[in-house]
Amino acid sequence: MIRAPKCEMTLMVNGEKHSIVARQADTLLFVLRNYLGLTGSKPGCLNGDCGACTVLIDGTPIKSCMILAIETIGKSITTIEGLHDAPIQRAFVEQFAFQCGYCTPGFIMNAHALTEHRPDADDETIRKWLESNICRCTSYREIEQAVKSVLAEGQKQE
Amino acid sequence: MIPFDLTYHRPSSISEAVQLFEQIQKQGKTPLYYNGGTEIITLSRLNLVFADAVIDIKHIPECRVLDRKQNELTLGAALSLTTIEEANPFPLLAKAASEVADHTARNQITLGGNVCGQIFYRETVLPLLLADCDVVIAGKSGLRQHSIHEVFDQHIRLEPGEFLVQIKVDPIYTTMPHIHIKRRKQGNVGYPLVTVSMIKKERDLRVAFSGVCPFPFRSQAVEEQLNARHLPIETRIVRALQQLPEPILDDVEGSAEYRLFVLKNILTDMLIALEEG
Ligand SMILES: Cc1cc2nc3c(=O)[nH]c(=O)nc-3n(C[C@H](O)[C@H](O)[C@H](O)COP(=O)(O)OP(=O)(O)OC[C@H]3O[C@@H](n4cnc5c(N)ncnc54)[C@H](O)[C@@H]3O)c2cc1C
Ligand code: FES
Ligand code: FES
Repeated sequence: MIRAPKCEMTLMVNGEKHSIVARQADTLLFVLRNYLGLTGSKPGCLNGDCGACTVLIDGTPIKSCMILAIETIGKSITTIEGLHDAPIQRAFVEQFAFQCGYCTPGFIMNAHALTEHRPDADDETIRKWLESNICRCTSYREIEQAVKSVLAEGQKQE
Repeated sequence: MIPFDLTYHRPSSISEAVQLFEQIQKQGKTPLYYNGGTEIITLSRLNLVFADAVIDIKHIPECRVLDRKQNELTLGAALSLTTIEEANPFPLLAKAASEVADHTARNQITLGGNVCGQIFYRETVLPLLLADCDVVIAGKSGLRQHSIHEVFDQHIRLEPGEFLVQIKVDPIYTTMPHIHIKRRKQGNVGYPLVTVSMIKKERDLRVAFSGVCPFPFRSQAVEEQLNARHLPIETRIVRALQQLPEPILDDVEGSAEYRLFVLKNILTDMLIALEEG
């Protein structure tokens, strides 16, 4: 009844199906980086604290160091490689919202979900969501401005 | 990175989960119920958790229920903390949930995981203790329902192979005046220095704590002193704090003296707000 510790799993990442044989104990972050070569999601603390590994699972931001890859079978995973010129990516560039850039993929995934799900987010909501990520270069103000610029643009178009 | 191999199981019913647990154990292996998985994954990395097999209970329909009936609110153990926060069926619980970890982590951390976890803050337990809620537990002999006070003493007391399925709350507690205050060493996310939840039921105050001792608690002796209304607030607080079940924590989050100082201020603010409010 106990299956082998390694098994075949098919994951849907950035709209493409990937079949791999991985350990059932492997985290999603490990599988994305080491089996699929998607190194945009960054390992930071590996402890749920920094948010550098954030990806979207069925549109919800999740820290990929704290979820097993096998848990995500049947779900849709989006990594930074799956975003193509999203408004938040452009806003990060325009607002200079990074220095070394290590935290950027995680921040962008979280901020992208925020702008998609909560187009009417107030300052308190923005603060709450962004608190999930740490930037060692302290680009916090510019990151917040990037989020606000995307939300303002969306509201203008309505 | 989990430094050992395990197998992952996803039962779709309560009985399947319980049977799986038993079968795996009979093979001399260590199974663990798996909810949000955040604690299991992060503590395994530090060799503080071990399992040969994890049994994911998030796909069991009963564990995902959020049902508001006139005479009963049912909360499934696999609801994420952000689900509770957004649905807000019990404002004090939603507030406590919204202060745990950070927003992204709360998309994963579950109510059952926070109540049953080994990280000792278990902050969502505070409103549940104040509301005298019931817990529904699944085991070999089916489901059993008990008052949380019979099952939770510092931590949840489950028999081997049992898991928490649901929490049931009497809706009268969801509308009572309440305050929840969490103070951290620094910043707006993460573990508390101290957390205090208080509700006012008719004239009486109920209070529960996390971060004060190495377990969350509600204490009748503390509440009796706080409700001694013939005395000044300051005296009541000093006497209440003499009734704590254990000496105040003294650790990297803060010294015992600092925690006591913060605690006195929180309780003063709460008493003034709830007695005058
Ligand atoms: C980044 C981070 C920040 C945190 N910050 C806080 C905080 O501020 N305040 C706070 O209170 N806590 C905090 N925690 C602790 C967290 O709430 C607990 O670790 C909690 O257990 C995680 O829930 P989970 O659903 O992921 O649990 P899991 O990892 O799935 O399980 C944890 C443990 O509980 C058991 N378990 C889970 N569900 C059940 C059930 N239904 N029945 C029986 N046993 C069960 C599992 O077997 C396991 O032993 C934090 C954790 C992390 C990772
Ligand atoms: S690496 Fe996942 S939260 Fe830091
Ligand atoms: S830009 Fe360097 S960590 Fe954020």
